[in-house]
Amino acid sequence: MTSSKLPSVLMFGWEFPPFNSGGLGVACEGLSKALTSSGVDLTFVLPFKIPISVPWCRFVFANESTDLMAESQMRGLFSGYNSHSTYIKNNEVQDNGLPEVLSGDLIERVRAYSLKAGAIAKKNRHSVIHAHDWLTYPAGIEAKKVSGKPLVAHIHATEFDRSGENINKDIFNIELEGFRKADMVVAVSGRTRKKVIEKYGISPDKVKVVHNGIEFKNNFSSIEHNLERLKKIGNSVVLFVGRITMQKGPDYFVTMAEKVLQYEPKTFFVVSGSGDMEGQMIKMVASRGLSSKFIFCGFLRGEELNQVYKAADIFVMPSVSEPFGLVPLEAMISEVPVLVSKESGVSEVISTALKSHFWDTDDMADKVLSVLHHKKLRDHLSVNGREEVKTIHWKKAADSLISLYNSLDNAFSMFLFPSSSTAASTQVSRV
Amino acid sequence: MFDVGKNSSYFNDESGTSLDNKAIIEKVARKCYLPANEVLLQNIKNNPDFKASFSISGVALEQFEKFAPEVIDSFKTLVDTGNIELLSETYYHSLASIYSEEEFVNQVILHRKKLRDLFGITPSVFRNTELIYSNKIAQMAEKMGYKGILAEGADHVLGWRSPTFVYKPIGIENIKLLLKHYRLSDDIAFRFSQQSWEGWPLTAPKFADWISSHNGNGDTINLFMDYETFGEHQWEDTGIFEFLKYLPGEILKNKDNNFVTPSELVDRYDAKAELDVPEYVSWADTERDLSAWISNDLQREALDTIYALGNEIIHIDDPVLLEDWRRLQTSDHFYYMCTKWWNDGDVHKYFSPYESPYEAFIAYMNVMHDMRLRLEEAKKKQEHGVALHRVKPLRFSEV
Repeated sequence: MTSSKLPSVLMFGWEFPPFNSGGLGVACEGLSKALTSSGVDLTFVLPFKIPISVPWCRFVFANESTDLMAESQMRGLFSGYNSHSTYIKNNEVQDNGLPEVLSGDLIERVRAYSLKAGAIAKKNRHSVIHAHDWLTYPAGIEAKKVSGKPLVAHIHATEFDRSGENINKDIFNIELEGFRKADMVVAVSGRTRKKVIEKYGISPDKVKVVHNGIEFKNNFSSIEHNLERLKKIGNSVVLFVGRITMQKGPDYFVTMAEKVLQYEPKTFFVVSGSGDMEGQMIKMVASRGLSSKFIFCGFLRGEELNQVYKAADIFVMPSVSEPFGLVPLEAMISEVPVLVSKESGVSEVISTALKSHFWDTDDMADKVLSVLHHKKLRDHLSVNGREEVKTIHWKKAADSLISLYNSLDNAFSMFLFPSSSTAASTQVSRV
Repeated sequence: MFDVGKNSSYFNDESGTSLDNKAIIEKVARKCYLPANEVLLQNIKNNPDFKASFSISGVALEQFEKFAPEVIDSFKTLVDTGNIELLSETYYHSLASIYSEEEFVNQVILHRKKLRDLFGITPSVFRNTELIYSNKIAQMAEKMGYKGILAEGADHVLGWRSPTFVYKPIGIENIKLLLKHYRLSDDIAFRFSQQSWEGWPLTAPKFADWISSHNGNGDTINLFMDYETFGEHQWEDTGIFEFLKYLPGEILKNKDNNFVTPSELVDRYDAKAELDVPEYVSWADTERDLSAWISNDLQREALDTIYALGNEIIHIDDPVLLEDWRRLQTSDHFYYMCTKWWNDGDVHKYFSPYESPYEAFIAYMNVMHDMRLRLEEAKKKQEHGVALHRVKPLRFSEV
């Protein structure tokens, strides 16, 4: 009965590829595409006008006045929010000369977004409101005030994931209000759900898990040629891809590397990414005398990253805190064996992977060495990992969301028309 | 990995975790072996015609001796009633029957010795590890002088035939084949507490009726199951011990029913037909083949490595190394590496001390690496003047 009706969704996002700084935009793209291909009618709301269109949904921009921006300015605008400390640091040096409504503090921009949300809700027909992360919660709440439709607060990363215990109180409060006023909270992993319940005191009944997915696209790139030369003379490649920030555990990666090199000196450690701990990581590598074994290639994406994946014998994600973590899935698509920390959300959905605690660098080194030593293990993880990742698609996430939307919708109509609705539903289920 | 070459105490772990043999043995002794043995003893006292038989590996017996000797005592008491038969198997609960006939025979001999030393008996019916069976295994068992061998009564083995008769393996005259009635066995072993099953709740009178309903259509119903069904797979609160307690009396209420041990069965009935089983069958998983232990490259790699080491280890006079090599053959090591995620994956997971098949493989291969180093070490010593002689061959006639 619940699947018989397809909801229309008013979805509030903050960024959208290619105008995105990270996983939030990627997730919004994957989800919106899968939802609409399952027949959901979807309006995607963004805070600022950007030159974007996709075939599967229409965009509404809260602030229409900002066309003709340079792309660099737009990127700055969507640079998102990595953590409390980095944001403050970036804002000190950044003055992008945007109109007042844009240039203000990020929280002000979030507020400005919410002021437009009511009008948007009035104009666009919908049965459910869906808001992604704290940046859009105030907008979602305003929309709900106007239309009275149920609100889903999707949580991709909490303030604790970004900033450790050193959180921004204002952002925490925005998250808290969003969770409280939402009719349902959707978390990207079981561990994120646990955080919402424990750190924010939200009732467990209200918090559901919908794991992210990934679009399977074969990696037909050829191997990066410098790495290929190294491999031809018998070297192995261990890969790190991600922002170089405290949450991603780059220091654990270096400690692990040092242990691996004691047993397997013909190993290179390739680091793709940038971030506020980059300098610290490079210094750490140098002080341990490992500089000749590390290759820092900066932030890579697309074809360049694909070529590096092709060279990797194993991908390691030693994240201290990772609400989900899509990168290992990319590595698996490229047939790279993966080792992920047990502290990551993605470890909940993959079986064909090695897992360690981020702090257990002995265990990590042991696993990396095992993959380098045992071709059978490497091949097994590579071939079966690629097959497994095909099953982790956005359609699965979309299907879960649709049944959650419907459960909300039913609860709402039960509340409004208790008798008629129950009568109808019993009849339908009997047929 | 970091202990490779430094620590060869592979089998001891006092962590209190699932890798801790002592803790596991104490747990299963308390939950299963002691209470189940007690029920069987009472059953024999109440029904002197009640019979049962056990196949207990050498490693299990060793573990009981070490960590729960009262379990050995309770088995001795049972054996002394004369109503209990002990079956032969490989000492190390290994897959040697598939990989090396020589090693297989050696392990069977070691197990016979163990049964003689502990219980003073010599077995005459053979039960291979996990009920693994094929024509070839039957031939080997016959060669060793056994008069009977147990096997899974899998559909693909029997076809239209029934497991309720005694059979004989194709082309062999001196050994009979006893087949597990898997439906009735699994009703107890797997479905006993399954509330969604139409047979639930399973009571002793109900099961006795099912047994009696076969009368006239067969000579025997062979119920073979893991002993840990009683109290460990099916916990005490499911009523499994009550079921076991009342079952013999209920079955014997029908005067056409009686209990026999495997060797009595072999002596009493002629083989109804010949069975041709060219492919291995077992009682494991839904496939009832070898896939629980040998279905992915990791398992094959591990098995190939351990048996390849054997070619050299048996030529070196290092009893500790030899013993370790044999213990590393226990089928469970390979069971833990299984990556069949569907259906039986959960069962593998439940019984595995490792978090994943990969952890199991990595731990095992690290030990293999260490074994290799020890072997090289031992070879070097021999080159330096220690007399080279082959390990004294074990003789079947001596046990």
